[in-house]
Amino acid sequence: MLEGRALTVRRSTPRLWLSASWLALISLAAIFAPLVAPHDPLAQDLFAARLPPAWAEGADPAYLLGTDSLGRDVLTRIIFGARIALTVALVAGLATAIIGSTLGLLAGYLRGWVDLVISRIVDIWLAFPPVLFAILLIAVLGTGLSSIIIAIIVIDWTRFCRVVRAEALNQSAMDYVTSAKVAGRTRLSTMWREIGPNVLPTICVLLTIEMGIAVIVEAILSFVNLSISTDAPTWGGMIAEGRTSIHQAWWVLVFPLIVLFLTVLSFSQLGEGLKDRFDPVLR
Amino acid sequence: MTAFLEIENLSASLKRQRVRMLRSVSLSVAAGEVHGLVGESGAGKSMIGKAVLGILPAALAIDEGEIRLDGEDLLAMRPADRRRAIGAKAALIPQDPLTALNPSHCIGPQITGRLVDILGWDKRKADMRARELLAEVNIDDPDRVMASYPFELSGGMRQRVLIASAFAANPKLIVADEPTTALDVTVQKQILKLIREMQARHGTAMLFVTHDLGVVSKICQRLSVLYAGKVLEQATIAEFFADPKHAYSRALLAATPKYTDPGSSLVPVDSSVTDLVAAEIEAVDEGWRLAR
Amino acid sequence: MNLVRIIIVRLATTIVTLLGAAVIVFFVIRVVPGNPIAMMLPPGATDADIARLTALYGLDKSIPEQFVIWLTRALQGDFGTSISLRQPVMPLVLGRLPATLELSIFALVLAVMIGGTMALTGTRFRGTRTEAGIDVANGVGLSIPDFLWALVLILLFGVLVPVFYVSGRISPSLDLPFVTQFYVFESLVRLRFDLWWDLLKHMFMPALALAIPLAAIIGQLLKQSLKETMHLDYVVLARTKGYGENHVILFEALRNAVLPTLTLVGVQFTFLIGGTVIIERLFSYEGLGNMAIDAVINRDLPLIQGIVIVFALLFTVINLVVDMTYAFLNPRLRHA
Repeated sequence: MLEGRALTVRRSTPRLWLSASWLALISLAAIFAPLVAPHDPLAQDLFAARLPPAWAEGADPAYLLGTDSLGRDVLTRIIFGARIALTVALVAGLATAIIGSTLGLLAGYLRGWVDLVISRIVDIWLAFPPVLFAILLIAVLGTGLSSIIIAIIVIDWTRFCRVVRAEALNQSAMDYVTSAKVAGRTRLSTMWREIGPNVLPTICVLLTIEMGIAVIVEAILSFVNLSISTDAPTWGGMIAEGRTSIHQAWWVLVFPLIVLFLTVLSFSQLGEGLKDRFDPVLR
Repeated sequence: MTAFLEIENLSASLKRQRVRMLRSVSLSVAAGEVHGLVGESGAGKSMIGKAVLGILPAALAIDEGEIRLDGEDLLAMRPADRRRAIGAKAALIPQDPLTALNPSHCIGPQITGRLVDILGWDKRKADMRARELLAEVNIDDPDRVMASYPFELSGGMRQRVLIASAFAANPKLIVADEPTTALDVTVQKQILKLIREMQARHGTAMLFVTHDLGVVSKICQRLSVLYAGKVLEQATIAEFFADPKHAYSRALLAATPKYTDPGSSLVPVDSSVTDLVAAEIEAVDEGWRLAR
Repeated sequence: MNLVRIIIVRLATTIVTLLGAAVIVFFVIRVVPGNPIAMMLPPGATDADIARLTALYGLDKSIPEQFVIWLTRALQGDFGTSISLRQPVMPLVLGRLPATLELSIFALVLAVMIGGTMALTGTRFRGTRTEAGIDVANGVGLSIPDFLWALVLILLFGVLVPVFYVSGRISPSLDLPFVTQFYVFESLVRLRFDLWWDLLKHMFMPALALAIPLAAIIGQLLKQSLKETMHLDYVVLARTKGYGENHVILFEALRNAVLPTLTLVGVQFTFLIGGTVIIERLFSYEGLGNMAIDAVINRDLPLIQGIVIVFALLFTVINLVVDMTYAFLNPRLRHA
């Protein structure tokens, strides 16, 4: 047993470490974007359009990762894109976690008609294709950062709700909850004080995963041109532009794609790594 | 004396932890003989049966020794040949009839599978054989049972099916791994009687793993007493119950209130005796560790 | 629980879910800003023209009233007329549905094949480097959504080694003899393997992108439950009968190990179909999802409604089918 435990820790540590470092790097780039970015993310220069990355033939070393069809610096736009991506990840992720978990706790702990209503609504939500739902919501709310965040909350609260409900159902069957009830606590107080802390690790794991999903949803919405404004430096918008000029300027697609790929992978691996840490019995 | 099964100096250990689980076990079972393996849980008695049948858990490795089945050394064979040899000549009566039948196959193929797939019998001949065997284990309606799924049968019925299945290919050796432990006390006696009848009729050699000295006295001709993977004493049943040689054997017998009564399990043996045995084993292990 | 009761309970919840979905979509899209009628008329249309068309599409009535009218008609199979395409919604949706279904089913087949192979290989070589490699592959496959896989595939097989087509459903230069919209199926029936191959070369990348995350889930879950099953008594007993590792995995363990994976695959398949919306857009594949995005951009209320209801219907039917299959594969339920 001891040996198995040691094995998982050894295996999950580089995974945690690597993904955390990548996310830290991206966060720093986002925070200090104006300081580290070599150019203005919106500055167009049609004479410098579609310049290849610095190491390729015919490149301008001033543009490390090349420029897009309007002559905007790819690296700069990736760095400023991180601001939008991480803002969405953080705000939408947290809000989704809070709303979804609260509803899940209520359903799982109170049961009865509360559970019935909430579970039925979750079922209805599962009947919608999430991307279509998101696009529809953006059409209703209008484009913009806050619309994206609201859309993500509306679509994804069920993810937390389902898991936390199941967990709360499990936990409330355990002895410590019964003893809290016997001790004369009210139902809501038992819920927050006794069950809440025990489902918190699960919520944290889900939260990291949700942040990765939020980044993707933002990219998808930018991709169909429904995110912020066509001008704003978003990873999804860059990918959309790169997709159309893929044969002329591969770098416009490849670099934002790599960054997006690593960021989503890091969020997810961080979640998995945390799961191993929190739950030694599980592995 | 022709022995169908001969085990010589068999040692096994946990691969990673390098903990010894079997310590130079030697025993032989002659045709028509039932050899009891007795000991407390964890003594390694099931492990000997598993080693013979080639189903030791992956975490365990055989360090040395020989297992000869019908004169052939199993451990020297290529894995595929070993599997076939075991499938053709040996069989297992498992402990828990509730989990030993595949829930998604009918009973029929579970009895005839070995005959058709491994031994190349004709399907119809195999079905006939299965029907015969089911009748032999006192199942009234073989056709219906063969078309049933395991969950449709009672625990006792399933154990009968498993016994029939074990005898299907006329094996030379059967390993019975605590075949009555999981059953109701009332069913236990019937099943034990049935195993003894079948074994006598087919003249099969049998390795009978149990912790129940009462059962041993009823079915076995010889026995080995195991503690921590080591054989402490080997004797005929008559000798053993009249005059147990090892201190641990005496303690075992003393711990069984009425050994003639099947179903009474062992209570833990007096620790002063086990400490003595443990010290003896530790000395042997020290030598083993130094040797690697 | 017997089969009939399971079916009845499932049907009841299905109806509630569908009705709920209909209500939500209906009310959500009524608050879409922008007048769709004004958008479809040429500039210079008079207010009277707008009013006339608004009445024609029933948009002058109150929202609950509109809902009742819409629901009564929808129950008769009439989902109204598309505003942007000026055709009845139902034939439009049904015309695009086969393309999406073929894509989704092809993706599902790929996912089961890839995931199943991963799980079986991982189980066969458990405890070795092969299994560790499969675990890593599954982990990455699971972490990255279909949208990103699609882009990676476009770069790999569309640009770097251009062996597959990056857009469309079939090459526009080809003569199409088809009478149904199930092109892949019909090309096989007509033995037109040239068309079939062309369709496959268009479908392969979007299908694979959709399949990878599901394949990873199947691979992970099935491997886990196979490994657990391998320790069970009846599997061990089968080994003593002389069966080899491959037979034991395929014929003794697999069937019992599949059951827990199956329910999950059902839910995941609906997620996969949900993914077609963006994947079809990315590959300009003429399916329902691509049409849905156009409908939203054009504020085409009747069309959006029709498409969302068809998706919801599809999802609930799939869940129903999965429950049935589950019951059928489990002899305990089948014979009860």
